[in-house]
Amino acid sequence: MTVQITESVWLNTSDTCSFDHVVEISGLSKDELLDLIQTGAIEPSSRDRDNYVFHTQCIAVARTARRLRDDFELNSQGLALALSLLRRIDELEAELARHRPGGFAGR
Amino acid sequence: MKYVDYYGVLGIERNASQDDVKKAYRKLAHKYHPDVSKAPDAEEKFKEIAEAYATLKDPEKRAAYDTLGQHPQGEDFVPPHQWQEHFHESGADFSDVDMADLLAAFAAAQRAGQREYAQRPLPGQDFEVALPVTLEQIYGGAETDVSLSIPDYDTQGLLHRAPRTYRVRIPKGAADGQRLRLAGKGGAGFNGGKPGDLYLVLKVQPHPLYRVSGGDLYADLPLSPWEAVLGAKVEIPTLGGAVEMTIPPGTTAGRKLRLGKRGLPTAKGTQGDLYAVVRIDVPAAPTESERELFTRLAGASTFNPRARINAGAKQ
Repeated sequence: MTVQITESVWLNTSDTCSFDHVVEISGLSKDELLDLIQTGAIEPSSRDRDNYVFHTQCIAVARTARRLRDDFELNSQGLALALSLLRRIDELEAELARHRPGGFAGR
Repeated sequence: MKYVDYYGVLGIERNASQDDVKKAYRKLAHKYHPDVSKAPDAEEKFKEIAEAYATLKDPEKRAAYDTLGQHPQGEDFVPPHQWQEHFHESGADFSDVDMADLLAAFAAAQRAGQREYAQRPLPGQDFEVALPVTLEQIYGGAETDVSLSIPDYDTQGLLHRAPRTYRVRIPKGAADGQRLRLAGKGGAGFNGGKPGDLYLVLKVQPHPLYRVSGGDLYADLPLSPWEAVLGAKVEIPTLGGAVEMTIPPGTTAGRKLRLGKRGLPTAKGTQGDLYAVVRIDVPAAPTESERELFTRLAGASTFNPRARINAGAKQ
């Protein structure tokens, strides 16, 4: 078994990347990304219109957007709505997980 | 090669119209799309559905697929003679080839005959693979090896599964669902197209003791009735080792006792808290002397836990 050590980047909320980088990796068009920013589905960490900066985490959201666009043929409104609903579901599920029984009782 | 019944996957008749193909795909995609569905087999299911749709929505590919004949789902079969001619140099071994890959290679071979497609660079496919991690790995940061198989092209343009292993560093405070991007480690591109990327998606495995909420951890802490009434010092296991916690007298069930900075580290360098959520357990089979003591307590105590409810009922 050969173990490959390769360069890798975590998509998180501490590292940042450029507008063009998000476009290139996600497969969205510039206009589509601008649309998602306008609707709030993707939030740049710097809102300077000429020089957007994004947390690398946004790449994951942009790629989800690209998949939803392709697989469901969604327009930008539908896309923004789907993304915001998915985010709410994620938050609610995290909240639910917090109340899941268990703990030191070791059940 | 295993036969995949694409019509069966989409739940349609073999003579279904293109419109019906699309309708069936949409219905199933809504149910199984991995970004939307939380069903454990959603990813696998959707892959099958998307694969079936990719072939059946394209009349040329559908016609090519139909020439393979009709076989039971999953049956081992060897593609007919005219198919093998497309790949005559690859020998007769089709055993580890996926049918979707064969159809993709077939379509690519057809396109190669048309000039406008011949030189067009096509980027490789992106892949997403789950990377299971433990809370302990996130707590301390860790290095782990990930083994997976990625489709790789042979010289005939046929895809075979190629096993690969990557060493990955999990940073302290990585969060569930966070992705690691390995640029260029996805599928190979065509005609000079860029290779796709590989994404590892961090999946925090359920822990027997702790529940995670952002950087905070929650754990149920069972107390005996007398510990709850009188207070106690109890030992609490944390990811950083056991600590002693003081339970104040008169602690009620459901109360959250906070152990500051005993939760998970976050990417921002802060540390979450650990919450012990009190639960009051009673002996399932009290001993004779326990029963006697409780009976004496019942007789002597004036405590009425339902005073408010009873007062409410009388109004």
